[in-house]
Amino acid sequence: MKSLLPVTTILTAIVALWYLGAVYLNAPWAYDQADRAGVELTTGQLVADTMRQERPVLPAPHQVAGEIWKTTAQKKITSKRSLVYHGWITLSATLLGFAMGVALGILLAVGIVHNRAMDLSVMPWVIASQTVPILAVAPMIIVVLYNIGISGLIAKATISAYLSFFPVVVGMVKGLRSPDQMQLDLMRTYSASPAQVLWKLRWPASLPYLFTSLKIAIAIALVGAIIGELPTGAQGGFGARMLNGSYYGQVLIIWSALVGAAVCAGLMVGLIGLAQRIVLTRMGMAQNGGSV
Amino acid sequence: MTGGSVIDAQGLDLVFQTNDGPVHALSDVDLTVGQGDFISFIGPSGCGKTTFLRVIADLEQPTGGAISVNGVTPHEARLNRSYGYVFQASGLYPWRNIAANVRLPLEIMGFSRAEQDERAARTLDLVGLTGFERKFPWQLSGGMQQRASIARALAFDADLLLMDEPFGALDEIVRDHLNEQLLALWAKTHKTVCFVTHSIPEAVYLSTRIVVMSPRPGRIIDVIDSDLPAERPLDIRETPEFLEIAARVREGLRAGHSYDD
Repeated sequence: MKSLLPVTTILTAIVALWYLGAVYLNAPWAYDQADRAGVELTTGQLVADTMRQERPVLPAPHQVAGEIWKTTAQKKITSKRSLVYHGWITLSATLLGFAMGVALGILLAVGIVHNRAMDLSVMPWVIASQTVPILAVAPMIIVVLYNIGISGLIAKATISAYLSFFPVVVGMVKGLRSPDQMQLDLMRTYSASPAQVLWKLRWPASLPYLFTSLKIAIAIALVGAIIGELPTGAQGGFGARMLNGSYYGQVLIIWSALVGAAVCAGLMVGLIGLAQRIVLTRMGMAQNGGSV
Repeated sequence: MTGGSVIDAQGLDLVFQTNDGPVHALSDVDLTVGQGDFISFIGPSGCGKTTFLRVIADLEQPTGGAISVNGVTPHEARLNRSYGYVFQASGLYPWRNIAANVRLPLEIMGFSRAEQDERAARTLDLVGLTGFERKFPWQLSGGMQQRASIARALAFDADLLLMDEPFGALDEIVRDHLNEQLLALWAKTHKTVCFVTHSIPEAVYLSTRIVVMSPRPGRIIDVIDSDLPAERPLDIRETPEFLEIAARVREGLRAGHSYDD
């Protein structure tokens, strides 16, 4: 594990910075309280106080860790106070939206590559769709969907799909076009049908591009699901936790939801990376397999 | 050696419209290729030798003249899958192992799985790659990759083999070896071969006829019938007969002002 040292170094640096920030940002409150009580704080007391405030500006890492421990391991996962319960609500919308987005992205890419009219007309709209801030679009999508009878999971998944189809379209158009002229000529000498060219040449050639796109797509699908939870006043999910936390000034809840979401995204990206390694190795196309 | 005509070109013209104006890639090309011929096309870059091969393969459309392949248009010949094409690079699919690469045209043409396997084994044996079926292309040397691509072109038993500088990217020792093997293969399979090259010794060593071409516009300057024996060991290249033919090819290239610049 050559990477262990650099990884722990960076991690330690981040945690250290986080603690420094916590001391700096929470100090005014500590001074204020001490002032009212009419006592002088030593440096040691000050630091200790900034680490255990109930409503800190920036909670210390161990406070967030403690909150996460309390809301995962020490709660039943069916409890509304369990982060796992909320995590699953967001995750299910994420996965559904991701699946919808990937399917849409691949379909659009196949259309763009095979149809000149689509090539010219669809791509500008695809790009335009992503230039609009999702925070502005999300409530409108929720409202429109609600009025045609769709709400909850599918509505949230739609926002995920709206975000996650984009990297798939861009990556797959590039991937499906990656075979060079000679490989296409070869298929032509076999009188291969367009479907055969797609399945036997373009699709396998595009897989490395697809996996790269999927990693981006799954991460922003999670962002989409969380954003989808904000305007609905959803009762569950990371987004609902964050919203609740900010209503009641419970910074720890916000931070633990944030960390929970980050861990979920990291795990999902890691899973796709694993799938990528397995698939590409089996196909003889592993990135590091080129030298023997 | 010659039977019926496989390729028949009359007054073939091809003009590419480019941004720098029209390029006359082929001008008034007349050529007949008989059954079982080994024809080499030689000339400097831009003389239209590859273009002519691509016209035969229906990868380019001529702008004038007439051409037939197996008695039909190149388009119909392509739909009949009547030729195998070997490109300058092997063009093996990196995600398929060697046997699966050879099976590719067979899958597309709808052969049964059993027949695919049988044909892949047979053609890989023909090019001396038995035992490498499960290797991926990157595990093979450049020469072996090119042999695999020849096996792929042979797999569906087309009578015509079109080869576009197949050994151009290989070093000379590998090239000599593959030339020898190609001749043996040709003797065994009685295929008609059209072979594009820019190497004079390669053209003379392999061919029954050598077509010398010249650029701007691409045209045929000379067609040389080789009277070398069918059995050709590599050292035939030092015999006076061989050198005489090579000299005629070189003369033809010079006469076409091929080396002007």
